[in-house]
Amino acid sequence: MIAQNLMLVLVLLPFVGALAAVTQPRGAQRGPAWISGATMAAGLVILAALRGPAGATWPLRASLHWAPSAGLDLAFRLDGFAWLFAALILGIGILVVLYARYYLAPTDSAPRFHALLLAFCGSMLGLVLSANVIILVVFWEMTSLLSFLLIGFRSANVGAREGARMSLIVTAGGGLCLLVAMLILGRITGSYDLDHILAAGAVIRAHPLYPPLLVLFLLGAFTKSAQMPFHFWLPGAMAAPTPVSAYLHSATMVKAGVFLLIRFSPALGGTDAWFWMVTGTGMLTMTLGAVIALFRHDLKGLLAYSTVSHLGLITALAGLGSETAILAAIFHIVNHAVFKASLFMAAGIIDHETGTRDMRRLSGLIHFMPVTGALAIVASAAMAGVPLLNGFISKEMFFAAAADWHNGTWLDNALPLIATVGAAFSVAYSARFIATVFFGPPATDLPHLPHEPVRWMRRPVEALVFICLAIGIAPDAVLGPTLNAAARGVLGPLIPHVSISPWHGLNLPLMMSVIALLAGAAIYFPFARRISEGPEGPPLLWRVRAVRLFEIGLLAVTWKWPRVLHRAAGTDRLQPQILVLVCLALLAGLGVTFGRLSPIGQRAMLAPDLAFVLMWIAGGAAAVGAAALAKYHRFAALMLLGVAGAVTCLTFAWASAPDLAVTQLLVEVVTTVLLLLGLRWLPKRNAEIPGDRLFPARLRRARDLVIAIIAGAATTMAALAVMTRPPGPSIGNWFLRNAHSEAGGLNAVNVILVDFRAFDTFGEITVLGVVGLTVFALLRRFRPADESAGRPAQQTGKAGEIDDLPMLVPSITIRWMFPVLIVFSAWLFMRGHDLPGGGFSAGVTLAIALLAQYLGADTRWIEARITVLPIRWIGVGLLIAGLTGMSAAAFGYPFLSAQARYVELPGIGAVPASTAMAFDLGVYALVVGATVLMLIAIAHQSLRSARQRERAAEEEGEAA
Amino acid sequence: MEAVLALAIGVLTASGVWLLLRPRTFQVIIGLSLLSHAVNLFIFSMGRLRPGAPPIMPDGGFVDPSRYTDPLPQALVLTAIVISFATTALFLVIMIAARGLTGTDHVDGREREQ
Repeated sequence: MIAQNLMLVLVLLPFVGALAAVTQPRGAQRGPAWISGATMAAGLVILAALRGPAGATWPLRASLHWAPSAGLDLAFRLDGFAWLFAALILGIGILVVLYARYYLAPTDSAPRFHALLLAFCGSMLGLVLSANVIILVVFWEMTSLLSFLLIGFRSANVGAREGARMSLIVTAGGGLCLLVAMLILGRITGSYDLDHILAAGAVIRAHPLYPPLLVLFLLGAFTKSAQMPFHFWLPGAMAAPTPVSAYLHSATMVKAGVFLLIRFSPALGGTDAWFWMVTGTGMLTMTLGAVIALFRHDLKGLLAYSTVSHLGLITALAGLGSETAILAAIFHIVNHAVFKASLFMAAGIIDHETGTRDMRRLSGLIHFMPVTGALAIVASAAMAGVPLLNGFISKEMFFAAAADWHNGTWLDNALPLIATVGAAFSVAYSARFIATVFFGPPATDLPHLPHEPVRWMRRPVEALVFICLAIGIAPDAVLGPTLNAAARGVLGPLIPHVSISPWHGLNLPLMMSVIALLAGAAIYFPFARRISEGPEGPPLLWRVRAVRLFEIGLLAVTWKWPRVLHRAAGTDRLQPQILVLVCLALLAGLGVTFGRLSPIGQRAMLAPDLAFVLMWIAGGAAAVGAAALAKYHRFAALMLLGVAGAVTCLTFAWASAPDLAVTQLLVEVVTTVLLLLGLRWLPKRNAEIPGDRLFPARLRRARDLVIAIIAGAATTMAALAVMTRPPGPSIGNWFLRNAHSEAGGLNAVNVILVDFRAFDTFGEITVLGVVGLTVFALLRRFRPADESAGRPAQQTGKAGEIDDLPMLVPSITIRWMFPVLIVFSAWLFMRGHDLPGGGFSAGVTLAIALLAQYLGADTRWIEARITVLPIRWIGVGLLIAGLTGMSAAAFGYPFLSAQARYVELPGIGAVPASTAMAFDLGVYALVVGATVLMLIAIAHQSLRSARQRERAAEEEGEAA
Repeated sequence: MEAVLALAIGVLTASGVWLLLRPRTFQVIIGLSLLSHAVNLFIFSMGRLRPGAPPIMPDGGFVDPSRYTDPLPQALVLTAIVISFATTALFLVIMIAARGLTGTDHVDGREREQ
């Protein structure tokens, strides 16, 4: 149990650390680095502890429930392979943190850097430890996103932004393919559990969906591991700060792809398709990557293509899939991570100290920085595969695996040859790196005079090079058990133990190594001058740039084609868009129901009620009238809209929905006032619009009339079809049965709003608050049209004609009504749980009370006496509702679970008191705030233009 | 009775849709309001019409749901009423701001070329 919890802590810890790092003060340098280092060190300690007790019982599993109904658990498992990867992630992570502490400039934001690095580390750990393939994809995409942020860390730099974008598009696109592959896997095996899928290899391989599955899966793995033709993002990503390259592009991010290949090779591998695609791509990438690397002039570019090449090697091994190949692949993952991280760091030191990474300018650095130089030489020797260094041994194992017989195809037979060629080029570029940068005459025209870096910046490189040597000399003692455990994690517990030795006697792999070393030297040294003077790429190939193709494609997809499509089919006019929308909705409705639904069902209709019929004759006439008059007679249309609303309200009341009737009535009042306020800002419509009686306009109106009548007929039939059928079982019955016993309320509608479905209401009042604020914000820079800015006609009479006290009687009445309305609002609120009412209607009532004051008197007179702060009401309302919801957590219930009881108040009697009531109070405050804010914001526009007029008049007066 | 309400919904919808397709912003606002009445009544009618049913339950004890109106469409409509008010307000503000900026109340921000 302890081990399980430790494993969960291991995954969560980096994210907690990231949170701690990002909350450090802006300029902090030391703090974030310590947090980051300590987090990774703690992770390593946990990992060491897990190795002790868990060694016998691997895989160790732990899970947190997340969405079990969808087969999704936060499930993690640890076996030897995952353990080795986690150790790499954390171990190299610590060294990178130490290196970054001295690498980052004071202007770089260290808190952001370390937070991103830790979050990335956590995502990588999650990726390698996931026991659920969907969770694995989630972590996979998280690494893509965080790598985007890390590569683009210096976002002021164009190269960094473009490199980051390219890597995101390629790797996240691959991630999508991977997600589909995992969904197919889940469908084939019936489970998203990794162990279950790995055990179902035979079923998967025999399934008809295996070929598409394999292609999608490989697209995911190849994009991440920069296999050709997706390799181009990795050199582009070299715009990242060097610690990021050292971490992401040696040990972690790019290794995720090969991790996946190796992890799934027992389930998906072993077929011809797997061999051809994986080994073929791997060998091609290995050779071409090595060739291109030789011709790069940029130090990090050389290392990037070298990484591409080495990843190809590992991919090829995963494609072979034999026990020795898998062991060699895992071993090479470790070795490559170690020497490549140290080389990236050394390249960063060189860049830092000399100011350039161009190998044509660098020369003779061994004279300036002997220690760093020696370290880099050893590391690149390991990269070239020189004996007694770690790269040599895994490369020997690769040669051995390549020379073995697998399936006798031409690719299998050619493997030793291709491997030797690739290795020879790998020797050649290593030789170029050593020879041009460190030897030769001391460079004289460098931007800075180079010298050794600070001691602590070199320590990580020293540690890594020491590991290269240690593994190279005593591989079995250093890594033997770990590697065997990792191989058992992949292939199962029954495979024989392999001991790794640096010397296997005079055999074919040794011969291949020797040939590669000699051939590499023979490739590089005769052509050294021509390579450094030539273009940045191999002969013939350098003109074909995958990056260019990618950019052309991207431009076409995101810019050219959309514009063509927009020109061909787009419009920026609203009417055609709405027309299309309405017609599509009609067609969709007809398509679903045509011929399947008779318009009238079996349920007997209620006897017609004359009053109801008359009411709706009036209502329908009002609606049609509003439609006809809205163009030239806005005020009349608004009044008719009010009639339609009133009839709707009466219908609610008639059909036993008093809550709706009350709310509809109140909202109708507010809406009408709102639209009245808006009328003033619209253009005068005294004259006929030109062309309104011409034939095209008439034709448009006729067309729209037809569409409108069809829409009306369709809704009539739909409503009738439903109403004349008996109701099915409704969850409304459940609400009715439980409203009182569960929530202590007698008004089921209100109980649904504030208790059963309170979360929906919470979302709704948030929307209301947002709309209120939006209205407010939109009107802050409101500029009325010139003709509306003047004094309205009603106010332009001669002095004396305007009464000093307009509407004296209504004004006094409204003022006296204010307390009454407040009490009415409180009454509506209090009775809401048991009787019609509630937060919504009470809130609108209070808003109307306030609004009436504005109507009845001069705005300035009112505002001198009542201070309403609507934005505070909104904020307080949302806070009350949110806090009430969260208070449920104190009793161990989910968000917004309500508590209800009746409380005896002295003098008043039993009063329902529940947390739902507090929630309703929040709704109430928010509705008041939002409604008042909208109305006042619009009403104030008149005041504002009045003030502007006064100011202008004053200025004129002063000028005169 | 149901037929009357269904017809009423149809008339409201037709008026609303016709206005929605018109070129002046104020017409569109009135159209949206009419349409929202129609939609609210439509959702409400999904619970079937029960004039004269008690809307409030008696205090305590077991209730027979079939004697009451379905509270679910009512709860839906209640929130819909408030939200349609909010959208009307938002659209109104956009309407008057657009009129100030473009000088016209045409939905496209410019008059149609004749």
